[in-house]
Amino acid sequence: MSTEAAEIEGPDILKEWVGKPRVYEKAFNPELYHEVQQFIFREARLQDIHDYDAWEALWTDDALYWVPANGTDTDPERQMSLIYDNRSRIALRVRQLKTGRRHSQTPPSQLARVISNFELLKSDSEDLKVMCNSQIFETNMRGDTMWASRNEYSLRRVGGELRMAYKKVVLINNNKAIYTLSFLV
Amino acid sequence: MDGGFKPKWDELIQPGRVHGSLYYDQGIFKEEVEKIWFRTWVYIGHESEVPQKNDFVTKSIGPMPVLMVRDMKGEIQLLLNRCPHRGNAVCVQERGNRARFTCPYHSWTFANTGELINYAFPEGYKGTDKSQLGLGKVTRIANYRGFIFGSMAPEGPTIEEHLAGAKRCIDQLCDNSPTGEIEITAGFLKHRTRANWKFILENECDGYHPAFVHSSIFSVSDSAIGDLYGDNAVAVTRDLGNGHTEVDPRPEFRRRDKPMSWFGTTPERLPDYVAQMNEAYGADRARQIMIDGTPHTMIFPNLFIAEIQIFVIEPVSASESIQHSTAIQFKGAPDINRRLRQQTMGSVGPAGFLLADDTEMYERNQRGLEIREPEYLFLKRGEHRERRDEDGYRIGHSTDDLPSRAIWEHYREVMEDK
Repeated sequence: MSTEAAEIEGPDILKEWVGKPRVYEKAFNPELYHEVQQFIFREARLQDIHDYDAWEALWTDDALYWVPANGTDTDPERQMSLIYDNRSRIALRVRQLKTGRRHSQTPPSQLARVISNFELLKSDSEDLKVMCNSQIFETNMRGDTMWASRNEYSLRRVGGELRMAYKKVVLINNNKAIYTLSFLV
Repeated sequence: MDGGFKPKWDELIQPGRVHGSLYYDQGIFKEEVEKIWFRTWVYIGHESEVPQKNDFVTKSIGPMPVLMVRDMKGEIQLLLNRCPHRGNAVCVQERGNRARFTCPYHSWTFANTGELINYAFPEGYKGTDKSQLGLGKVTRIANYRGFIFGSMAPEGPTIEEHLAGAKRCIDQLCDNSPTGEIEITAGFLKHRTRANWKFILENECDGYHPAFVHSSIFSVSDSAIGDLYGDNAVAVTRDLGNGHTEVDPRPEFRRRDKPMSWFGTTPERLPDYVAQMNEAYGADRARQIMIDGTPHTMIFPNLFIAEIQIFVIEPVSASESIQHSTAIQFKGAPDINRRLRQQTMGSVGPAGFLLADDTEMYERNQRGLEIREPEYLFLKRGEHRERRDEDGYRIGHSTDDLPSRAIWEHYREVMEDK
């Protein structure tokens, strides 16, 4: 895989929302691209159909699941985030959903999400760094809600299979007042 | 009111029952804006949110935005973000640091004390008295131990009079910090809900719901919150006066007699914090503070101190509200602060283990009121077992409707202009 990379920087005024500069891979490896896409499509499907156990099994043991609030590159060790789960809190989140008494997901949200705009980032470790966009349609007892986010993943090969070590979901409206978000985003 | 809109408050609010329209009627909401939000003391923000000169942050008083500013002299100002010229916003940033605000429409420029400094092409305003064209301000401002309150009424009770028994709760909270000061520095989660603000207000000290609404998380985690709200609980609910209410778990924590039990931990796990507390208060007093823990108090109409976090309720319309929530931080106590943030992030906000489900209940309540029979909500739980504590405050069992009754009695007085 080529290490040739391009520096992409947004205008300063947008930085809070676009995030820090990231180095994107310019080279294109169709097989890898396909494999990464298939993995993330599968994750999306498991979330949409509320297959909690299968979704949880996608995470590595050192996983971090982060949904920041009020910006893109906030400091989760200083600032409030919507979700900032280590592996055991991911497990707790799943266990709560599986009780059937997580009222905000009883009945569960009906969901369909579209994932697109995949790009690989330059990585300085064995992990694959992936950026993509997600748009989610949710309907529940309150009504219909549209969600949109930029997602960032670190994927790791464990026993030949891809796993998620890190998933960051930057909701485009994360500085606004948003409705309950209790499905897996 | 000019339009002849005169709700019969004595019919809508009766002992132990309130009419459903109080939660959905847009006319009643407008009355509340005038009589509660634009007249009584309302919580705005905490002084630690604007630590430096020229810091500002956008807050609200009812449905109206307010700029909380630390001005160039270091004083806190509550400015209204409306250019006196044509009504444009003089600031569109949520927060920042600046000494001046310039309206983008015609370049009128204001100091962060509110005075009009200059307008463009001043020849056209020959003879105009600039001092009459400053930014509007919240009429009265008060600071109680760092908590900033505002009132749009030129006269009325002092903040101490207004807080009544809730003063003790703010003191109790601040005492849990080794410096005697708390800070609000972690930013807010903003949770929108399609429900009336009073469903949130009443739920905060409703000790009846946790066993059911939160059973999902209690059953899969080792949370001890559930014990406070069982049928055998010794925690009490209290009417603190002026619509302020609390669930007071101190009887339970004093029975346990274990420092930091209120926070689900032990002194050994927070050695730095405990050492700081002993240093600050002496071992005996520190031990008592760390047994009692922080308060669970709803300060009418919009500040909920929920042990380790605060919630600020923003009413948007009769059927829409926003809950702003963030972790409380004890100034100068980093080891406990991280845990305060971690626990808060797990519990509250749109994805929180607790608040997502509370908010689901608010929305179902709101939709339920579309069904017009029975017309009234029933708030009589524990009426027969209300009693007075040694200070004369009305108290009840932790699962009783006493807080709701206290809120509605105060509400009726305010709305009737008594």
